[in-house]
Amino acid sequence: MTATASPRPGPLSLEDLSGDPRRQTIEKVVRAVLTAAAVTSVIISIAIIYVLLKDALAFLGSIQLSELGDDVWLPRGGRYGILAPLTGTLWVTLVAVLIAGPVGLGAAIYLSEYARPRVRRIVKPIVEVLASIPSVVVGFFAIRFIAPEITTKLFDGSPTQNLLVAGIGVGLLTIPLMTSVSEDALRAVPLSLREASSGLGAKKVTTVVRVVVPAAISGLVAGLILSISRAIGETMVVFLAAGGAGTVASSPLEGGTTITAAMASVASGTDNVVGVGNTFQSIFFLGLVLFLLTLSLNVVADRFVRRVRQKY
Amino acid sequence: MAITAPDITSEVVRARLQGEKADVSGAAFRYLLVACLAFVLAALVALIVSVSPEGLEVFSTRGVADFIQRPYSIRPDYAGVYQGMVGTVTCAVIVALLAFPLGLASAIYLEEYAGDTWFTRVVDIVIRNLAGVPAVVYGLLGYALFVSGPAESITGGSSVLSAGLTLSILVLPIVVITSAEAIRAVPSNLREGGFGVGATRWEVTRTLVLPNALPGVLTGTILGLARALGEAAPLILVGASTSGFSGGEPGDLTGRFTALPNLISGWSKLPAANWTGNTQAAILVTLALVLGINTVGIILRNRFEKKK
Repeated sequence: MTATASPRPGPLSLEDLSGDPRRQTIEKVVRAVLTAAAVTSVIISIAIIYVLLKDALAFLGSIQLSELGDDVWLPRGGRYGILAPLTGTLWVTLVAVLIAGPVGLGAAIYLSEYARPRVRRIVKPIVEVLASIPSVVVGFFAIRFIAPEITTKLFDGSPTQNLLVAGIGVGLLTIPLMTSVSEDALRAVPLSLREASSGLGAKKVTTVVRVVVPAAISGLVAGLILSISRAIGETMVVFLAAGGAGTVASSPLEGGTTITAAMASVASGTDNVVGVGNTFQSIFFLGLVLFLLTLSLNVVADRFVRRVRQKY
Repeated sequence: MAITAPDITSEVVRARLQGEKADVSGAAFRYLLVACLAFVLAALVALIVSVSPEGLEVFSTRGVADFIQRPYSIRPDYAGVYQGMVGTVTCAVIVALLAFPLGLASAIYLEEYAGDTWFTRVVDIVIRNLAGVPAVVYGLLGYALFVSGPAESITGGSSVLSAGLTLSILVLPIVVITSAEAIRAVPSNLREGGFGVGATRWEVTRTLVLPNALPGVLTGTILGLARALGEAAPLILVGASTSGFSGGEPGDLTGRFTALPNLISGWSKLPAANWTGNTQAAILVTLALVLGINTVGIILRNRFEKKK
């Protein structure tokens, strides 16, 4: 019965296995396009650093470095005291983190350890709504509500627009970030740790405070650092509500400016100052300071986040 | 004589286990946590309430349509947010057309194509750090590249095109990170099945990975978009107008422009007596837009999570 045997296939060559040449071409084109897209992000970063460095250095070259030690920041008047926006940033960030840190952490602990799934489904979106409110709206809220209703009533005699008002506004904006990073960290703690603690007879509060929070501490620290970084970079609330004075503030109850608000103030007069001497270039210097400050905080925070991931 | 057991209810057991003492510290801690959430809720309510009344009054006396269709004016009774709406919506379209494809392509490259090489690690670090750069700094970049830089002849300087391009760069890292997460969540046995029947990497990606990752990718993009539309700071640096100007019609990509957040910022600084109503009304329009887009994103994500 060998009459109708089909012809035996010849030995396979490499070409047979490499598939349809058309498909191979598509594959190559797609890979090239995707690689180009990924390279774009690297180019953007290089562009940011190049732009900041170029104009910041041009600015530094055009003034005497001792001018940076001045205690007034007034670019239009040729005064570049970097200490004024730095102290303003410090006060605003301090106030913001004092609000966002505890409140954000408390909300995160509740959502992760106490809330039933049904409660969580309702409460979580509320926090997310706060996260999606544009900062300029919070800025308006700061000048029309926080300033007249809260701070002027608590601290009589301070200017209505001051760093405290701005700091409270920035704090509100920072809460959702603190909450979401902390909640992720708490939820990453294995259930077995909680069960072991309960099994030893610990109360719920003991389990949370002595077992879960310490186990998640790296992630919580990361959340705090990211909150600081976000507060430093927040612009519109401070631009609208801090008063804008370019002097060194000795307390948050004084009006002042921050790195970000100082940039916005110079730029919002764009039409009349473009290219005029180093007034406009000064914001590139501020931008560089801001970039380096937030970048280093984010790198540190990233270290802490990684530590959580490695542990569990 | 049989011993009848007392009613053993969960309360009895719990009381015995707790030594029949009230858990004071536990309750206090719990209330403290609830207070934190209540603070967030109260802030949100105060915010909504403080931006509503006079804005709603403007809507009821002038009508929403009138407020939306009128351009900037120095007379509060005639001023509207038309140019701001056009600017913001045009920016949204540019961001969707640019940042979405570019971000998705980068994410596909990182997750599906590139191995663990030094290049991928660099791109990964760069993108994660870009996501943390404050929005104002992107404004500086936009100014240097599009407004006064090499692209000025195309963008026409301070224009809605420059603004859209700047916001695209701003949301790109967010789109890449969320897309990469969605792609990573696709189970690898799907891919293995695809490769097993001889599909190329692109065929596997296009037919198996992307359809499964798309809801997550869309959510990330939408949330990023909503964030970009609320940003005023980078557009201040790009040169959004806060005072009157002619133009700002749809399709005018290279003329002067403004956006809703910048209008709010500009109006907030005008005399409160005349302008609070308009500022609040502009805020309500912006919130409706941004929260609307966000809600779509959150609903999409919840659906996605339920399916998983």
